[in-house]
Amino acid sequence: METLITILAGVLVTVATYLILSRSLIRVILGTAILSHAAHLLIMTMGGGLKIGSVPILGEGNGTFVDALPQALILTSIVISFAVTAVALVLAYRTYQETGTDKLDELRGMKHE
Amino acid sequence: MNNVLVMPMIIPVIAGILLIFLRPYIKLQRWVSFLVMIVNAGIAVYLLNRIQTEGILRLDFGGWEPPYGILFVADSFSVILVLTTSIVTAICLLYAFSSVGKAIENMYFYSFVNFLIAGVNGSFLTGDLFNLYVCFEIMLLASYVLITLGGRKAQLSESVKYVVINVVSSWVFLIAIAYLYGTVGTLNLAHLSERIAESGQTPLLTVISIVFLTVFALKAGLLLYFWLPGAYSVPATAVAALFGALLTKVGIYAMIRIFTLLFYHEPSVTHTLIGILAGLTLIGGSIGAIAYKDIRQIVAYNVIIAVGFILVGLAIGTQAALEGSIYYLIHDMIVKALLFLLAGTMIVVTGETRIDHMSGLIRNYPSLGWIFFIVMLSLAGIPPFSGFIGKVLIGQGAIETGSYILLALAFISSMFVLYSLLRIFLNSFWGETIISKEDKVPMKKGWIIPCMLLSGGTIVLGLGVEAIAPYVLDAANTLMNPQLYIDAVLNRN
Repeated sequence: METLITILAGVLVTVATYLILSRSLIRVILGTAILSHAAHLLIMTMGGGLKIGSVPILGEGNGTFVDALPQALILTSIVISFAVTAVALVLAYRTYQETGTDKLDELRGMKHE
Repeated sequence: MNNVLVMPMIIPVIAGILLIFLRPYIKLQRWVSFLVMIVNAGIAVYLLNRIQTEGILRLDFGGWEPPYGILFVADSFSVILVLTTSIVTAICLLYAFSSVGKAIENMYFYSFVNFLIAGVNGSFLTGDLFNLYVCFEIMLLASYVLITLGGRKAQLSESVKYVVINVVSSWVFLIAIAYLYGTVGTLNLAHLSERIAESGQTPLLTVISIVFLTVFALKAGLLLYFWLPGAYSVPATAVAALFGALLTKVGIYAMIRIFTLLFYHEPSVTHTLIGILAGLTLIGGSIGAIAYKDIRQIVAYNVIIAVGFILVGLAIGTQAALEGSIYYLIHDMIVKALLFLLAGTMIVVTGETRIDHMSGLIRNYPSLGWIFFIVMLSLAGIPPFSGFIGKVLIGQGAIETGSYILLALAFISSMFVLYSLLRIFLNSFWGETIISKEDKVPMKKGWIIPCMLLSGGTIVLGLGVEAIAPYVLDAANTLMNPQLYIDAVLNRN
């Protein structure tokens, strides 16, 4: 199970990298969203085993408990990545309105002398 | 009661939320934000003095004792930075009152400044690695908004890059946290330090420390600073000053904390790497600082040089060098804010951004010119000002450990700082004046008073080193002896 999830996380990172390296701004943002999902899966797997033990409630189950901390971390992290994606999407839309393009190569930096 | 520990973070959060509802009352928003910073500064002074008598303070949220709960830890290092942050922000806010303009102030400007400060103070005070990540994100989200306020084309296109690079680096941060949690099974900084010490920092842990180094290098602008000059040139002056003074410093703080508290067992790998990166940063920053004629770029590259300089102290890692780093960190927060404010003011009064298009400003605005002169001397490390003591101590540390290459790079970079600023001074302040009496933009009190306060700050800090020396000594002492921190957090006195 862990191997499978790790491979899945790897695939997600691959997809995300491809998207982030593309020229379209909206794809870059989707890429960052997928990237964060890969990180969440990784945290879950690193937390010491999926599908072992029971719910971490005192007096329930038979002594082996799932580590609840990674899930708490992921929950926080999902909320944060949700907020960041929202901000990034608004930013992309405003940029499109202002500059009339969503191609990153047309959004190059300031003109140097 | 230790509850006061959470105040530097919670007061700005509450104020920020309140100000969202007080949108039409700009005057009220201004003074509430200003008051918040002053109160924070007061709390920081109070905490700093308590730490000297009672040792490191901590606050366990919800009564969950470490290592199980999240907690805030206040040692001298973090509280000194909270204090400096509050003062610098208060002064930048004073500048913002008369410079950012109604349109931006109406778009929740002060709320987001408060959120930014909440994130910064939270990052300084937290004693939990994941909480550090969360505080970083609070700070970054606020900075994403602040950098785009105004909505000019250049701002938007630069902030797109700023957001993407920070999202990616936050991802690396998460990955590093996941690896570390998977390896040692805890995220409390003190507990982590203990467990890493027990296992003797295996090669695996050293690799993880390099992942952390990458994250903080991106955030602090250590060698990976390619995003910084663009992003720091576009926002409103007061915002740029806050960014220049605070954001990279949070990355530096995190790096110093991580590499003195957690990963200090393999300095031949990690600290050498930091040394190399710092050296390259100094070189790159120096080249950048003299390469451009755009004043905003010059100033931004000066931030990068300072990052390299402070981390030279970490790379050397002796008591003297760390003290030097702390002094320089405080100094740099004050002086970089001032430098950004001055550059912004120069751009506003001339309407130009290139130094070869400005001339003779000292005749029109003598006080501005003399303050710029003070900044220049202070950044170069001339004695009565605050840059001196940091440079001396880092130099002393470098000589003690025989790191002569870093010593040479650090001090040569000071020459470049001096040269790059002298170039601005000669080009823009001397020479024929180009502004006639009729077109002269009157210097507002709201512009020059914050600059005067900050330059007063650098003089006071320079002359009053004796007064803050005990605090800095204690801060460096805690950094040098991680056991002090661990004992305080895990209740083993």
